[in-house]
Amino acid sequence: MYFLTQLLNGLGVGAIYALVALGYSMVYGIVQLINFAHGDIIMVGSFTVYTILSWNFPVPVAVMGSILFCAIVGMIISRVAYQRLLNKGAPRIALLITAIGVSMLLQNLYQLIYGSGAKAVPRMFDLPAITVGGVQISNTLLNIAVALVMMVLLQLMVGRTKTGKAMQATSEDAGAATLMGINTSRIILFTFAIGSALAAVGSVLYNNTYQQITPYMGAMLGLKAFVAAVFGGIGSIPGAMLGGFILGIAEGLNNAYGNSVLTDAVVFGLLIIILLIKPAGLLGKHVREKV
Amino acid sequence: MSKPWTKTRKRAISSLITLGFLVVVLLVMNVLIQLGLVNAGVVDMLKFIGINIIAAVSLNMVSGMMGQLVLGHAGFMLVGAYAAAMFTNAVGWPLTASLTPALIIGGLLAAIIGFLIGIPALRLRGDYLAIITLGFGEIIRVIANSLTITNGAKGYYGFPTFSTRQDPATLFNFIFVIAAFVVFFSYTFGTSRHGRAVIAIREDEIAAESSGIRTTYYKLLTFTLSAFFAGVAGGLLAHQLGIIDPSNYGFSKSVEILMMVVLGGMGSITGSVVSASVLTFLPEVLRGFANYRMLIYSVLLICVMLFRPKGLFGRAELRVIKPYEWLRDRHRAKKAQKTGGGGS
Amino acid sequence: MRPIVLEVEDLSVYFGGLRAVEAVSFYIKKGQIVGLIGPNGAGKTTIFNLLTGVYAPTRGAIYLDEKSILKKKTWQRSQMGMARTFQNIRLFKDMSVIDNVKTAMNNQLDYTMLSGVFRGPGYRKEERAVSRRAHDLLDVMGLDAQADEYARNLPYGQQRKLEIARALASNPRVLLLDEPAAGMNPTETAELLQTIRMVRDRFDLSVLLIEHDMSFVMDICEYIFVLDYGRIIAAGEPEDVRNNPQVIEAYLGGEALGADDDA
Repeated sequence: MYFLTQLLNGLGVGAIYALVALGYSMVYGIVQLINFAHGDIIMVGSFTVYTILSWNFPVPVAVMGSILFCAIVGMIISRVAYQRLLNKGAPRIALLITAIGVSMLLQNLYQLIYGSGAKAVPRMFDLPAITVGGVQISNTLLNIAVALVMMVLLQLMVGRTKTGKAMQATSEDAGAATLMGINTSRIILFTFAIGSALAAVGSVLYNNTYQQITPYMGAMLGLKAFVAAVFGGIGSIPGAMLGGFILGIAEGLNNAYGNSVLTDAVVFGLLIIILLIKPAGLLGKHVREKV
Repeated sequence: MSKPWTKTRKRAISSLITLGFLVVVLLVMNVLIQLGLVNAGVVDMLKFIGINIIAAVSLNMVSGMMGQLVLGHAGFMLVGAYAAAMFTNAVGWPLTASLTPALIIGGLLAAIIGFLIGIPALRLRGDYLAIITLGFGEIIRVIANSLTITNGAKGYYGFPTFSTRQDPATLFNFIFVIAAFVVFFSYTFGTSRHGRAVIAIREDEIAAESSGIRTTYYKLLTFTLSAFFAGVAGGLLAHQLGIIDPSNYGFSKSVEILMMVVLGGMGSITGSVVSASVLTFLPEVLRGFANYRMLIYSVLLICVMLFRPKGLFGRAELRVIKPYEWLRDRHRAKKAQKTGGGGS
Repeated sequence: MRPIVLEVEDLSVYFGGLRAVEAVSFYIKKGQIVGLIGPNGAGKTTIFNLLTGVYAPTRGAIYLDEKSILKKKTWQRSQMGMARTFQNIRLFKDMSVIDNVKTAMNNQLDYTMLSGVFRGPGYRKEERAVSRRAHDLLDVMGLDAQADEYARNLPYGQQRKLEIARALASNPRVLLLDEPAAGMNPTETAELLQTIRMVRDRFDLSVLLIEHDMSFVMDICEYIFVLDYGRIIAAGEPEDVRNNPQVIEAYLGGEALGADDDA
């Protein structure tokens, strides 16, 4: 019984990880940057939802508002912080450190604005109560459904649309893409926008599932989502999904059988294992450095 | 007339001046402290600065000189802290006697763990290495929080510390000497053939390999050394605070140390020393801004990366010989004036 | 009959479905200057990467002085005598010119880390020797005046020379030069030609070079291999290669190579 609860919870959480991992994966595919600040975008999304709801706007407005706001924040961050370094051809370590700086900035900014205490978020969606073996799974089903839908939409967009193909081209060889007439700066901006929007969707689900947010929630969440992305194969959309769900289940199992204090350690343990055995991830492709 | 002004001679004189200067400072400080002319708070501040210098200079070796972003430095400090504290606690000797072996043990344990972590981790490319070291740092902290021998999240205490009345300057002396040694070590290492190999890895790993550098070996060596000194720093910090609280040795601490290295200039030892001092000192002075401190730091970090990625000092180092040369040239000019400019 | 220093047998590498290099076989005799030419994307740099161990071949063998080096890592191959330069210069930019050279001499130094840190006798003796050798090498390449300059501050032509100096520092048997004349004007190219010949004579080594400047290749190479789509399509002395119809086809589809331009 407990096992089932934890397993289903794990799937529900996994869906959120998957959504965030999608964003991570996309950005990494395009600019080879681990956007440390990505997790904090979820936090931004969560607080935006919270704020809009507290102004008594209806839920759909909060959802759209959050998605829009996060997309804009993502674009601003990429334009102001990363684009400059990318254009200068700065070493990777500089980008990583900047990302850490942005992450710290967001956390502390929101802490100043909202205070460091946890904020309660009202239940957002009026879902029919579906139970399996006595366990409430409406939230889990919602999360999984949304994540799957997003993945399909994303796959379609990347594979079928002109922008999507431009994204693929940029991620494979930015230099060649520019020569083909693709405005890589615009593509990068767009990628960040989509990634952040996905994070916002994830934050909506998070609010609905956990109903409690703090300015520091993004850090651990983002890191776990990154582990999920790497596990499934960074740069691969189905890989991010797979990684997210596996991670969620692993956490659930650990909570059921192991020491729940060690959950974080388990997550990192998974990362270490995959990086040692198959660094490209389960569904990832090995990219060679051009010499 | 005088001996040839070769590089070797310059270096020898630099070293003598620096050594003399340090000895003088140490003696002066001891006198001031014993006479009670220095506020205990100031001494504490200096001790924290020293500890941070050790942490920053050691991180600089692997992140600045070798260019490998490591985000779990605080984890090694934590390991060293526990090892040192448990040792001094267990042997029951007077702290002046047990501290040195304790620190060595702390450093060695941190180095061993660093070595074990490094073997798999250093095979990975930059971003992945950063994440995996972050992960290990967190794992160490989580494990520390859950073990009984470390007393978990409540903090480990009860081990010997120096009393401010009887031994006001002892820990200060330890820290001062060790910090000076670490700076020295880092400098001589950096200018030896090992240093060249390490810097080459930062500059261009593939070209380094093609030039015959065993990159895996050097990465592991530097990483382990850096972990060793971090462990020593942790041991010192533990005996300064009298308690080891794992939450003080997490990702935030690692980032704090990283900031010191980055702001000072990645690869510059002088930079690490200066920014470690400033960044330890400033928060105390700007107490009123405590709430905004992290915010300011994050903005600072971003700005430095965007506008002056080389940091304050870039890759430059303090050239002790310059002031000496300047004084000597002035002296000679004066002498030449007096004797009417004749002779050689 | 001069001995063979470098031999490659049926060397192939596939990247997924792409056959970047296919069944390549060639050898270089001691003291030879051999050219590896072909249109862009033919796989020339890939072969260099295979030789130095940056890529692992899908099939085939590589012998340096008759010893197989397939299992050897890049740094080991360097120690065994294979040195290279890169298409896009890969100097240690934030290091001084002389340190660039000294770094490549690391394997000839023995002193331990502790000796280095505490400036023991081993350190002092060996560093003095290496400093002398590095200065000598820089002098041969005409760079000694800039020994303490940062590598990034050197003008382009001198950076290329420094890369060659660094490659020479590891006492190679075979020198792999990847487009050494790229970006050079005719005067610099002529100087480079002299330098390579001088280096080959003075240090008793063999040279394999990739180059696009046809007149340069025809002038300096004693033997040429032509690569197209990963395969060797022609091999021979410059005159033969120049007039080989397949080679002409692969490059320009019609015009003779390195012929005097009067059109």
